Amino acid sequence: MTTKPVEAGGSLPSEKRHTWWRRLTHTSRTLRLRVVAMTVVLSTLVMILLGVVLQGQIRDGLLANKQSAAIAEIENAIVTARGQLVGAETNPTQLRAQLARLVQDIGNPARATDAIGQGATAGVFDPVVTPLRPGASAISAVGPIEDVPSGLRDEVEAGNETWQYTTVLRKNAAGTLASIPALVVGAPVVVQGSSDAFGVYLVFLLSTEQKTLAVVQQTLLVGGAALALALGLIAFLVATAVLRPIRRASTVAAKLAAGDLTERLPVRGAAELTSMADSFNGMAEAIRIQIRQLEEFGTLQRRFTSDVSHELRTPLTTVRMAADVLHASRDEFPPHLGRATELMVDELDRFESLLFDLLEVSRYDAGMAELQVETVDVRTCVMECVVAAGPVAATTGVRIVTNLPDDEVIADVDPTRLERIVRNLLNNAVDHAEGGPVEVEIAADADSLAIIVADHGVGLKPGEAGLVFNRFWRADPSRQRRTGGTGLGLAIALEDARLHGGWLQAWGNPGTGARFRLTVPRLQGFVLCGSPLPLRPIGQDDDSIDDDSIDNESGNSFHRIDTDDGMRARFALGPPLSTPGTTGGAV
Amino acid sequence: MEHMRARILVVDDDPALAEMLTIVLRSEGFDSAVVRDGSRALDAFREVRPDLVLLDLMLPGLSGLDVCKQIRAESGVPIIMLTAKTDTVDVVLGLESGADDYVMKPFKPKELTARVRARLRRGDVVGAERLRVADVEIDVPGHQVTREGEAITLTPLEFDLLVALARKPRQVFTREVLLEQVWGYRHAADTRLVNVHVQRLRSKVEKDPEHPEVVLTVRGVGYRAGTV
Repeated sequence: MTTKPVEAGGSLPSEKRHTWWRRLTHTSRTLRLRVVAMTVVLSTLVMILLGVVLQGQIRDGLLANKQSAAIAEIENAIVTARGQLVGAETNPTQLRAQLARLVQDIGNPARATDAIGQGATAGVFDPVVTPLRPGASAISAVGPIEDVPSGLRDEVEAGNETWQYTTVLRKNAAGTLASIPALVVGAPVVVQGSSDAFGVYLVFLLSTEQKTLAVVQQTLLVGGAALALALGLIAFLVATAVLRPIRRASTVAAKLAAGDLTERLPVRGAAELTSMADSFNGMAEAIRIQIRQLEEFGTLQRRFTSDVSHELRTPLTTVRMAADVLHASRDEFPPHLGRATELMVDELDRFESLLFDLLEVSRYDAGMAELQVETVDVRTCVMECVVAAGPVAATTGVRIVTNLPDDEVIADVDPTRLERIVRNLLNNAVDHAEGGPVEVEIAADADSLAIIVADHGVGLKPGEAGLVFNRFWRADPSRQRRTGGTGLGLAIALEDARLHGGWLQAWGNPGTGARFRLTVPRLQGFVLCGSPLPLRPIGQDDDSIDDDSIDNESGNSFHRIDTDDGMRARFALGPPLSTPGTTGGAV
Repeated sequence: MEHMRARILVVDDDPALAEMLTIVLRSEGFDSAVVRDGSRALDAFREVRPDLVLLDLMLPGLSGLDVCKQIRAESGVPIIMLTAKTDTVDVVLGLESGADDYVMKPFKPKELTARVRARLRRGDVVGAERLRVADVEIDVPGHQVTREGEAITLTPLEFDLLVALARKPRQVFTREVLLEQVWGYRHAADTRLVNVHVQRLRSKVEKDPEHPEVVLTVRGVGYRAGTV
């Protein structure tokens, strides 16, 4: 069977989009794309994780530095404060001035005794000094006391040296207030020889650290993305390299499938690849040998068929002519010789048709049958068969009723084979009609046409519908044949139908009769998907379990959706030959 | 001439069949000569000068197709092939190499003699008839076909085919009708006969066989003669 050629790059826009979509989905399913996508996704995840950890580490390190520097700074501040606050004034105004001086001293490294200046390690800070004297502490505070969290103040008041992270409000470059993270360190200063106690706080702004962290974050982000992309590219290159032999194998396999059986894979490269190439080439060689054997077998079979045909026909022709010469002068013979001559001629007819059918079957078996397509009116072909079957039908009292469409049914078929199918179906129907009428019906739709030949005779028992197409099968071996059938008629008819890409199906009930339906496409190459006529007679739908059919085209027991009986569409279930009464025939 | 027994040359390698053919032909009123080897067929043909050749396709020596071509090269005498092959290719090849008709083995004596008689039935032409198709002139009683004064050699069968079409210029002939009128078949037969002989006729009478003007195809129906 020929495969329908697939048109590449159809002209319809919908087709175009279809191919485009197919190509896209195909690409997304390629191994290479999967490898690249997986690499990019996984490396991105790793990068994110690594970034988070690194950023945490850097932040912790920065803050630890700041903290130890801040603590060193506050130690200095405590020393300075102790020195300056000896004999602190009780007068709030003077005390305020004294505290202001102290704040200035703490904030100004130049005047500090310590060598380490402000900002050397700890960075810029704002000092705050507040008296811990109850009642007036807030009033006398010097510096941005509002930046010191109350929790820290409580701790310092309790006599502890402590620190706390907080956010402070500062004017930024644009002049608006922004909250900035800050570290506030606080310590109590007890003036020697006095009950006065002061809280010294240093407010360290962390804006530098924040900037550093932002830079680190950005670097990690850009670096990570670049690395992930680079990994994706590497994965693409590696996948391409690894997949190249697979692509090569695929190309070679396609060439093999197209019939170039000498095509082989080059055996080179990595060990795995050479072993794959070896196995592949072994397989190809095995297939080549098998195919060559089959081809030889086919050629032999074909020649045998041709030889048998010639060798048998020549002596048969001589016998036939001799018999006919005798037959022509049988009146001159004594009665028993005359009758013998008649029998000989009759049986020679049978012998001839049997030989013809056998050769036809073997031609099909050898795959030599070919279709001679002509454009014909199918009604004419069918009517010729009906007329030809008339004499035999008349001798058995069978009436052939035809139901043909008024319009001509033009189709591309092989008229010789189509007529042979109809002739075989008619002979079969006349043989089994039991004197009842035989109905012949034709119907056509846009793509296919159907011919039904039905009788109302003995019918078919459950399971027999599948057997009628078997070679030499007879429903009842004791039955008398009237049309001189060879037992191969329906088998050949089925092959003829298949050659057209059509179906030949049988249906029957005991007592109701049998119906045979031939469905063929009106144009060769069209794949049938339904029939214009129902296989079962109207009113018989309830009796049968289901219609099942065989895709005669492929010859497999391929169950298709059968839509032939009106609106119902369903899958035929079960083995194709097990349903009683109806089936498409398979040989 | 009319009362002379027609001579038939039988070219067949099977002795039994050749003898049987002789018996049947003699009983039907023909003279026959038998040659059993393809390579001697042409010599026998020249010697016997038969009115008709019965030619088996499968022969030792020279194949039936080659014998057919050899005879056709020097004579338009009717050739009927005897063939055991039913395959289209073989039948078409036989017709293309010049055979007028073919009989499939096994055949009945009546079938064979009917074919033979149909091929021998000639000259039932009445009156001095001259026909014209496109630029081709047909002198029916003289068996002459000319284009612009130049003679075209046709076999008797091709001539009959052309005359049948030319006599009814506006009528479309189906292949079946042509088979009956030209070949003498009374019931349905192989329409490939018509197809092949129309091709052969076209190759002789048409200026461009790809674009025929004398014998036109009517798609799905048959053939008709081109307009005068």
